[in-house]
Amino acid sequence: MRIATSMEGVHYVLHAPQGDTYADLLFTMIERRDRRPPVTYTTFQARDLGGDTAELVKRSINDAVERFRPEALLVGESCTAELIQDQPGALAGGMDLGGIPVVSLELPAYSKKENWGAAETFYQLVRALLKPQLPPPGAAKPSPARWRQEGRRPRVNLLGPTLLGFRCRDDILEVSRLLGELGIDVTVVAPLGARPADLLRIPSADANVCLYPEVAGPVCNWLERSFGMPVVRSMPIGIGATGDFLREVTNLLEMDSEVIAAATNAEAEQRSRLPWYSRSVDSTYLTGKRVFIFGDATHAIAAARIASRELGFQVVGLGSYSREQARDVRAAAKELDLDALITDDYLVVEKAMAEAAPELVLGTQMERHSAKRLGIPCAVISTPLHVQDVPARTSPQMGWEGANVIFDTWVHPLMMGLEEHLITMFRHDFEFTEGHRSHLGGAPDGAGIEASGTKQPTTGAAASTETTTATAVASAAAGATAAPAAALAENGLHWSPDGEAELAKIPFFVRGKARRNAESFARAQGLHRIDAETLYEAKAHFSR
Amino acid sequence: MGAVAPWAPAVTAGGQESSSHLPPVLRESGQREVFCGLTSIVWLHRRMPDAFFLVVGSRTCAHLVQSAAGVMIFAEPRFGTAILGERDLAGLADANEELDRLVRDLLERRPEIRTLFLVGSCPSEVIKLDLGKAAERLNGQLAGRVRVLNYSGSGIETTFTQGEDQALLAMQPLMPASDEPQLLIVGTLADPVEDRLIDLFGRMGIERVRSLPPRRSTELPPVGRGTKVLLAQPFLSATARALQARGAELIPAPYPFGVEGSRLWMRAAATACGLAPAAIEAVLAPLVERGRRAVAPHREVLAGKRLVLMPDSQLELSLARFLHQECGMELVEVGTPYLDRQLLAEELALLPAGTAITEGQDVERQLERVRAARPDLVVCGLGLANPLEAEGIATKWSIELVFSPIHGCDQAGDLAELFSRPLRRRNLLQFS
Repeated sequence: MRIATSMEGVHYVLHAPQGDTYADLLFTMIERRDRRPPVTYTTFQARDLGGDTAELVKRSINDAVERFRPEALLVGESCTAELIQDQPGALAGGMDLGGIPVVSLELPAYSKKENWGAAETFYQLVRALLKPQLPPPGAAKPSPARWRQEGRRPRVNLLGPTLLGFRCRDDILEVSRLLGELGIDVTVVAPLGARPADLLRIPSADANVCLYPEVAGPVCNWLERSFGMPVVRSMPIGIGATGDFLREVTNLLEMDSEVIAAATNAEAEQRSRLPWYSRSVDSTYLTGKRVFIFGDATHAIAAARIASRELGFQVVGLGSYSREQARDVRAAAKELDLDALITDDYLVVEKAMAEAAPELVLGTQMERHSAKRLGIPCAVISTPLHVQDVPARTSPQMGWEGANVIFDTWVHPLMMGLEEHLITMFRHDFEFTEGHRSHLGGAPDGAGIEASGTKQPTTGAAASTETTTATAVASAAAGATAAPAAALAENGLHWSPDGEAELAKIPFFVRGKARRNAESFARAQGLHRIDAETLYEAKAHFSR
Repeated sequence: MGAVAPWAPAVTAGGQESSSHLPPVLRESGQREVFCGLTSIVWLHRRMPDAFFLVVGSRTCAHLVQSAAGVMIFAEPRFGTAILGERDLAGLADANEELDRLVRDLLERRPEIRTLFLVGSCPSEVIKLDLGKAAERLNGQLAGRVRVLNYSGSGIETTFTQGEDQALLAMQPLMPASDEPQLLIVGTLADPVEDRLIDLFGRMGIERVRSLPPRRSTELPPVGRGTKVLLAQPFLSATARALQARGAELIPAPYPFGVEGSRLWMRAAATACGLAPAAIEAVLAPLVERGRRAVAPHREVLAGKRLVLMPDSQLELSLARFLHQECGMELVEVGTPYLDRQLLAEELALLPAGTAITEGQDVERQLERVRAARPDLVVCGLGLANPLEAEGIATKWSIELVFSPIHGCDQAGDLAELFSRPLRRRNLLQFS
C-alpha cells in the first residue's frame, strides 16, 4: 500500500475484510494526504465466505480498472484473505484487463512485515515493468562514466522514498540539491511521486542511490545484477556520513578531481551548523549524555554515529526492528561496545530502555510512548511515526540541512539539562513549583496530562509514603505506571521521612531521576532504607 | 420523496419495506469504509478499568488498535494483541498453547485484571480458533482469580460499534438473575454523564438505576422480569434481544442525543417505571429549556445547511434526527452500516418525510453522490475526512461521536458544537 500510494497511476486491489480499510487513515491522517490511497478493498464479510469470494475479487478488480484506469495494477491479499486462499493474483492474471501490467503480490503477512512488503512490492513492480528492457545475458556493464562520452551531466536515480517513510519528501529535496551543486542530475525518484512510465526510465541513469535500503535494497541489487547499474550505499545522514556519501557518488561517477575534492573538502563540514553548534560552549552540557537508540536500521545506525561522534553523547543502547538489516546494526553496535537489540516486541525495547536508564531516547513513535511513561525525553528518528513527525516545514534528515534539523530535534528535549544550575539557584521560585509544567510534560512526578483520561499514575510521593504496605495497592491502582512504586516495594526499599523530604526539595523534573539513582544506589549498597544521607551519597556516587 | 435521482438504486433493490413517510432504504454492497468491531475496545477499556481486552489476531489487528486508539500507550494499554504467527496457523494446538502462555504472562504483569476478554478477529475467525473453548479452559486454570470471556470483534462479523454489542452480549450470561424492579441503562456512557442521568432519574423518583457495562467489570447488574431496559446506544441489537430473552422489557424510545431525543428517552423510561407525568415534567422542563438555549447559537450556524452522514457508527439516524429537528439542517443522505428497524423505529418516525436512507455501502458510488450533491457538511470516518476536505467539503469525523460525552440534555449544546465547529472554522480561515 505504501508503494501504490506513493506513486501516481498505480492502483492496488487488496483482498481484505472491511476492518482493514482503516489503513487508509494512516495516509489521510498521519500524512495528512488530500486523497484516498489508490486502493480498492474487497471488504468481504462472513456471509461472503460461504459463497464465492473469488467472484468478489474479480468484480472488484474489474470495477477498479474501469473506474481508475491505472497504468499498472497491483493485486494482493491481507492476512485474513491469505487464509481463505483465493489467490487474487492468479485470478487477475486470468482476466482481460486491456493490457494493463498486473503485478501479483505474495506478501506473507504472517511471516513478513511492512518494510519487507514494501521492498518486495517495489521490486516486483520495477521488475515487471523493466522486463522488456533487460539486456541480454553477458552484455557488457555500462560504464558509470559514460555520461562523459555522451556529452551530458552525470545522472542518478534516488530509490526508496515512500509515504509514511521518515521525512522522505524533504530528504529528496535536500539530496537532489546537494547532487545538483556537484553537477549531478536526478533522473528518477521512486516510488515517491513516480508513475509507472518513470520506472521505465530507471536504466537511463548512470547509478542508483539506495536512499532507503529497507525499501530499495532488493530493487537496487536486482538493477545491479541485471542492468549492471552501480549502487551508492552510503546514507547521507549526519556530517561524516554526508561526506562519505558525496565521496562515494563522485568517485563512482568518475567525476573530475576538483569536484571530488569539493566533496571531500574540509569545508564541507562548514556547510552545516551542526559541527559549530556542537563545539560551542553552550553544548558542553551535552557531554556524555546517555542516549538509547531504536528504530529502522538506516536511521538507527546513522543516529548512533551522529550521537557518539558528532554530538559527544554516550550511546547506551542500539537496536532495530529491521531483521533484514540486523547484521549492519550489530556491527554498528559492536563499534560502540554494545549488543544490538533486534526485536519487534515493544515491551522488550521498553525493558531495555528502562535498564539502560538513558537521558534521551531516539526511537520510533512506539519508543516515544514508552519513554514518556518512563519520564525520559525522546525524539522520533524513524518510522513508525505520528502526525507530529510530518511537519509542514521542510525538515530533512539527510545532507547538511538534515544535520541541522537533527541537532535541533535531539538537543531540544535535553534543554532542561542546561538549566539544571538555574533550577538550583531558583529553587524557591514559583516558576519551579509543582504545578508548573515544563515542555517535557509527562515526567512521572508531575501532575501530567493523561491523554487517555485515566487516573494519573500514583505520584512518587504518594507511593512512597504508603511505602512497603503499598505493593498490592500501588500495582492495582496504578497499573503499569506503578513500575517505580512496585519495584520500590518489591525490593524492600523504604524511604525515610527525611529522605522523602529531601527528595521533595529536588525540582520535579529531575526528581524521577534522583529517585531512580538513589534506589539503584541503595540496592547496590544493600541498603533497605533511603534517608537524606543516602540521597546525598547517591548524588556523590553518580556525579563522579 | 424529494430528490431521488442521485439514489437511483444501483446495486441491489432487496427488501423494500418502508416507513410510511420515508422512501425505500437503498441497500448497497460494495467496498465498505468502516472500522471493525475491534475498535470498540478503545472506549470499553476506559469504561471498565479492571478489564483487559486481548485481541487474538494478526499484526494488522495490533496495528489497527494502536492506530485507532492513538492514545493507547499513554494509558498503559488495557488491551493487547496475541499475535497469530505462522506456527499458530499451522497447528491450532500450538495457537492454544501460545495463547495460554501469553495470558499467564499478562496476568503476572497485570495482577489487577479482573475480567479478561479474548477478542476474536478476522484471522482467528477464519482459522476457526475456538475462543469459547479457550475461555472455558482458561477459566478452569484461573478459577476465582480472573474471569475470562470471549467475543468477536472481527471485521467480517462486526462493524465499529457492533464490537460493544458483542462484548456486552458476552457479559450477559454472568449477570445474576433477579426480578426486582430496576431501570437498566445499556450502552457505554461517560462516567459524569451517567452520574448525571442517574441523579435526574432519581429526582423523578426512580430508585434503582443500574448500568451495563458497569464501571467495575465484576459488578454486573442483575437481570430479570422486573428489569426495564433503556438503551443508551442504538447499536446494541444482540444485547437487547438477549436481555429480553431473560425477561427484561425493552423501553421503546429514541436515543438520548439532543434535547428532544434526551427528553423523549427520559420520559419513556420514567413512564415505563410508572411515574406520574407531573413528576417527570418537573425535572425535564428546566433541562429542556436550558438545553435549547445551549443549542441555539449552533443552530444559527447549522440551520439550512445540507448534510450527508456516511455509514459508520450506527448513530447516524439519531444524529440526523437531532441535526434536522433541533439544528435545522437539511438531510441529503443518511447512511448506516446496518439498520435495526426495531431498535430504530422511534427514530425513523421522527425523521422528516423523504429522508434518503442507505444501508451498507459502496464507497465509490456514495462519494459520487456526495460530489454531485455538494453538501455543506459530511459526517464520515477518518479515512475519508481529509480527502473530502481537500475537495472543499467540510467534514465531521464520526469517531469523536463515540468518544465524547454527547448523551443527554446537558450535552446537547456540546453535541451541536461538534458539527458547527467545522463550519465556523471555515469562516475563520482566510489566506488573502
